[in-house]
Amino acid sequence: MNLISKIVIPLFVLFIIIYGVKKHVNVYDSFLEGAKEGLVLVFHITPTVIAMVFAVNIFLDSNFIDGLLGFLKPFFDLVNIPLDILPMALLRPISGTASLAIMNDIFAHFGPDSYIGRLASTLQGCTDTTIYVLALYFGSIKVVKTKYALPVGLFADLMGILAAFIITFIFFG
Amino acid sequence: MVNVIWVGLILIAIIYSFLTGQIDTINNGILTHATSGVNLILEMMPLIVLWTGIMKIAEKSGLLQVFAKVLNPLLRRLFPSLPKDHLALGYIASNIGANMLGLGSAATPFGLKAMAELQKDNPKKDTATEAMITFLVLNTGGVTLIPTTVIALRLMYNSANPTEIIITSILATAVSSISGLVLDYFIRRRRRL
Repeated sequence: MNLISKIVIPLFVLFIIIYGVKKHVNVYDSFLEGAKEGLVLVFHITPTVIAMVFAVNIFLDSNFIDGLLGFLKPFFDLVNIPLDILPMALLRPISGTASLAIMNDIFAHFGPDSYIGRLASTLQGCTDTTIYVLALYFGSIKVVKTKYALPVGLFADLMGILAAFIITFIFFG
Repeated sequence: MVNVIWVGLILIAIIYSFLTGQIDTINNGILTHATSGVNLILEMMPLIVLWTGIMKIAEKSGLLQVFAKVLNPLLRRLFPSLPKDHLALGYIASNIGANMLGLGSAATPFGLKAMAELQKDNPKKDTATEAMITFLVLNTGGVTLIPTTVIALRLMYNSANPTEIIITSILATAVSSISGLVLDYFIRRRRRL
């Protein structure tokens, strides 16, 4: 498994280059042309990335999520959901690094093979950072009218997170 | 829409910090987090430049179009508005492939290139097209078959079975992606009626 994931990238690069040479493409010049486009792309996404990282990070600094959860705690105790997992579920669509950091804490406290550890693992894998991906992808091509993209993305996240809770319960509960 | 979220995050952060007396924290945050953004860009830049370079070779040799052809049965249903030989489909196929294998660092450059190709035929440059939204939903659903980062972390914490969460992750990600795509499909159909 580990070997496979390590071998995929080198093989992929090798395959592209051999295929390019076989089809008589000027491989080196093409690489430079693409790399130049890549640099322009980085230039275009820089403002978006700085804007999003800034907003998400000061939001995390304010500890608003902790405050909110303190307020909601009695309700979640009632339905028997482990409270430690909730910041992760809430942050998953906003920040991949933040939810990864919480998963790390959960592994350190409860171990990866505890129920909550398995739940955290599934949550991390179930969806991607919707708000960041949306801002990045649309920001890169200067699309500002995103129509129904965000509600659909967040709906998918919500379903994924609910599914993670239910599926972990069925498999390991 | 992103606009609303951005404003919301900042308003909540600053007002909540004032109310709870964390003025130092928020002051420091505002002054330092632009650097965090720049650091992230610097981390991404070499990968984006490398992969857009490599993929240009695949584009010129026609390999990208081969990828798109392999995934054609799936792509044709998801992106009915795109012609069969659209260059974006090759990048979309590569993006899906990289995401499935858990190669997030390669998936992002492919995704950005796919969006750039879609934007080329967009009549209204400031407005998202249907294909863009479908691609985005597919991406944010995070179709990951092998969650490499999670497995690596579980291994680090001496899990007895680091890969046991693969099956639960695949099921959860499938629910997320399918429900997103189904909702997207119905919205598209309703708008056309």
